[in-house]
Amino acid sequence: MKAEGLLMIAEQQILERLLFQIRRLAPPGTEVRPDIALVDELGLDSMKVMDLLMELEDEFDISIPLNVLTDVRTPAQLAQAVFTLMEHADGAVR
Amino acid sequence: MALFDKFSKLAQERAALGQSGLNPFGTRIDEILSPTVGRIGDRQVILAGTNNYLGLTFDPGCIQAGQQALAQEGTGTTGSRMANGSYGSHIALEAELAEFMQRRSVIVYSTGYLANLGVIGTLAGPSDIVLLDADCHASIYDACRLGGAQVIRFRHNDAADLERRLLRLGERARECLIVVEGIYSMLGDRAPLREIAEVKRRLGGYLLVDEAHSVGVLGANGRGLAEELGVEADVDIVLGTFSKSLGAIGGFAASQHGDMELLRYASRPYIFTASPSPASIASVRAALRVMQARPELRQRLWANAQRLYQGLAGLGYRTGPEPSPVIAVLLGSAQEGMAFWQSLIDLGVYVNLVLPPATPGGQALVRCSVSAAHSGEQIERIIQAFARLRDRLPPAAAVTDHRVHTGGLA
Repeated sequence: MKAEGLLMIAEQQILERLLFQIRRLAPPGTEVRPDIALVDELGLDSMKVMDLLMELEDEFDISIPLNVLTDVRTPAQLAQAVFTLMEHADGAVR
Repeated sequence: MALFDKFSKLAQERAALGQSGLNPFGTRIDEILSPTVGRIGDRQVILAGTNNYLGLTFDPGCIQAGQQALAQEGTGTTGSRMANGSYGSHIALEAELAEFMQRRSVIVYSTGYLANLGVIGTLAGPSDIVLLDADCHASIYDACRLGGAQVIRFRHNDAADLERRLLRLGERARECLIVVEGIYSMLGDRAPLREIAEVKRRLGGYLLVDEAHSVGVLGANGRGLAEELGVEADVDIVLGTFSKSLGAIGGFAASQHGDMELLRYASRPYIFTASPSPASIASVRAALRVMQARPELRQRLWANAQRLYQGLAGLGYRTGPEPSPVIAVLLGSAQEGMAFWQSLIDLGVYVNLVLPPATPGGQALVRCSVSAAHSGEQIERIIQAFARLRDRLPPAAAVTDHRVHTGGLA
């Protein structure tokens, strides 16, 4: 239970960092919720989303292949994808 | 209905742009009068938005070679390279290109786009990693999707950023494919290939350089940026096109790798499309000979490029970071870009308009392409047209520091 709790915190932290980054890209005054669609609702173009991944790679010091975007629509889904990659990167969540 | 729903945003954007009655992405060039002059409607324009770097599209020898092949071998091959579409001329061109590029193996594809799909999309499968410069051409991104490779971008022209990403990969870096371009098509800037080659030598991986805009343009013999910088030995695969300095259509991959020839049996964009027409192949063979026999064409191209770049920069326009046959002028919003582009046509100058998100920095730009066939007088007329529009630019698009510095597509 304790380990699971730590994992949940880690994922939450990833999401918060991610939301922080996305707010910088979103049109001023837009509410950036975890479940907002990055492209369809926030209007981010493909280049902005790919650049966001590059920022996240540096922030969390992991490799994030563009391929994760296939299944990602929202910040929450992206945070989940990053979390999974971090788990697999070295077997432990940093 | 649902299939087309995804285009609703595109339709809105197009409608908004179309209210002006202009369509820069559907220009009809009614007549081509020379490599550098065309007619759009009732207006004669200087063509400054082609990729006709050496001006060979109207070279008499190239035209004659094409006509002869048309008469002798017919209008098309009607088949794949793997089946009935490899004529003696296709094979001869591959041998001539191999000699020119000084590489053991050359494979000819039907377009440059297909060459990227056929090489990157076949070599890099789902378990492989491709590290590509963030500003790479769409064909490279599409190639990665075709093969299902894992794609990691590094910041444009930033060898240190590439190194950081290779280091993250640990041992896997040794197997990955690094992809960059000789000259980037949007801003005309070159890859820091010496630094990238050095990183590759140290950390491993294969290096592929797309020299679509630099073959015939850079290097003492015109082999591209790798030749210019003396790092050809570090480049595992060179990709090139016939649709720019060679003035026709088609593409090729050149490599020293012993197994490169196997791609002919595995590369779907090689196998499942018709081969280039005999006339195209023949004109490319002739153009390749001209390119080698007349290095003065390259010198003239660069003299024109320098003059136009200095002229536009001197007017205070924001241009790409270095003189190049591709000269981008950054303009501001899409609407401003559209109006500017149309005004240039009205002044008798055709250039390419590029709108975000295809542009670095999220700004509209017009892209001038210089040709060796442009006369000094034509270059001056292009500069004069830009001079007349100088006052119409919004203040944001005209700054003291005229060069744009890219650091990824921010």
